[in-house]
Amino acid sequence: MLALTLMAAAQSAAHARTAPVDPLGSPMWNAHAATLFGADPVRFDPRVKVQHPMIAENQRAFPVAIDARGIEGVKRIILFADLNPIPVAIDYRPEGAEPYIATRIKLDQRTPVRGAVQLASGEWLVSGEWVDAAGGGCSAPPVSRVKGDWAEHLGEIRGEAWPVADGNARLRLSFRHPMDTGLVENIATYHLEALSVKGVGREPLGTMEIWASVAEDPAITLMPAAQPGEMLTVEARDTNGRDYRARVAVAKQSPHPLASAP
Amino acid sequence: MMMGAAATFTAGVGRAGHDYAINPVAVADGIWMVRGADEPIAFDNGGAIANIAIIATPAGAVLCDCGPSIRYAAKLKSVAEQLTGKPVIRVYVTHIHPDHGMGIAAFDPAIVAALPGTITAMRRDGGGYSDSMYRILGDWMRGTDIAVPGLAITTAHEEFGGRGLRLLSLSGHSDADLALVDETTGLMIGGDLVFHDRAPSTPNADLALWRASLDRLKSEKHGGMLPGHGPLDPEGVTAIDQTRDWIDWLEPALSAAVQSGLDMVEAGMIAIPDRFASLKLARYELQRSVSHLYPALEGRLLPRVDLPSN
Repeated sequence: MLALTLMAAAQSAAHARTAPVDPLGSPMWNAHAATLFGADPVRFDPRVKVQHPMIAENQRAFPVAIDARGIEGVKRIILFADLNPIPVAIDYRPEGAEPYIATRIKLDQRTPVRGAVQLASGEWLVSGEWVDAAGGGCSAPPVSRVKGDWAEHLGEIRGEAWPVADGNARLRLSFRHPMDTGLVENIATYHLEALSVKGVGREPLGTMEIWASVAEDPAITLMPAAQPGEMLTVEARDTNGRDYRARVAVAKQSPHPLASAP
Repeated sequence: MMMGAAATFTAGVGRAGHDYAINPVAVADGIWMVRGADEPIAFDNGGAIANIAIIATPAGAVLCDCGPSIRYAAKLKSVAEQLTGKPVIRVYVTHIHPDHGMGIAAFDPAIVAALPGTITAMRRDGGGYSDSMYRILGDWMRGTDIAVPGLAITTAHEEFGGRGLRLLSLSGHSDADLALVDETTGLMIGGDLVFHDRAPSTPNADLALWRASLDRLKSEKHGGMLPGHGPLDPEGVTAIDQTRDWIDWLEPALSAAVQSGLDMVEAGMIAIPDRFASLKLARYELQRSVSHLYPALEGRLLPRVDLPSN
């Protein structure tokens, strides 16, 4: 990710003119836009809803949801925080899922937190806002490293899936993983790096790349197209090559009013 | 670390010379209340959000909590000494949270008393709280060093020239929560075990212990209630019941959110019942509580789904 940042700096001059002026005035906007969006057209669009609490109560785990269900044809969703040393948290392709993702990220300082969604045309729609936060979300040791029990719980996955309206389900997953950033002395980078959700025919419903700026013990919420009773398969891998697998059946029940109306 | 920062950005530049307004209001014979702002800790209020009690005794002035900074506490000391005509001889700190106790830096540690659990927590977490307060409050905090009370409270009663105070050693809002009853007037000072018309905050809460402590406060003979935050409760039970009602709502509401598939962002947006309409900062504290309580509820309520890895 350091490499990404350096690369971004190198490319920013070349691509600066392609990115629109940032309404948030972020010092890193041009660099990130060049790296993430390249020469693709970029537009700021409030229909990309980036939702979060009014306060960053815990800079190690700041909840963020990107909801682009008001936009047709979303192929890819990137969650990033401009001023984090590891800016990108998740790069998600909802192949067979609603364009929605929620998780928790680390905040290393006050920073814009953004959602960018790409359409089939290649165009990127971007939204987000500044979030104030105490420092150190990326550079403080994970709680499980301090307690020393991370290895005892590695691989534990909790989850559940509920039907929501229109033939979709809401899948919640929570992994035990230290998500080491590599920015804490004597602890190498170690994090979940890939996750996919598959349906009964093994077809991909959602696929993502994950970086260490996702909070320790990653919790991820998706909305795959799946019927009540359908078995979802979850496959993930971390940077040490450890595989994680889980199966979650969508509950056989009518859509829950709370879950369908976030 | 435990304390968040308002998402709306406040410029951190110091406004040197800004002064705290400390306006004691008589609430019982020889007891004054200094009302904190019913707001989050923010630069605009200098962190002066907790209620403070000043008690006049024949031996001298007794303070219950002393505010967020040395600047606040120094002014409080002078106001209390003018009001009572006697020097401050005792400062109680009800619990660890910095809006109540960081001002002890203004006093001789030999007159500052707290529960042993509070002193342990201050030694452990004082640095982190100090960093957070300086980050948010900037110049308001200038000169405020981390201080630790010199007296660990191990008795249930203290007397100052004939005015007796009952000291209740409780917990639940934090590791150790002190409440006091003035035997002369019956006024109870609840610390942050009791919030009134202001939503309770839960950064270090153990809700089961908090409920037990509220039961104890209710059963302890007393008159009015001076809560940690919010207005005086003259008849003494309303604020206890309201605090209890909120935490009794909060835990099942968040459990139901987990069990119906809500993410933390959505859990912070659930409807707050109409009966809490009078509580200031209800949405703000709900969202803080989601941060404090949700991961543990998920760990308890979401089933294990992992398969053996290859």
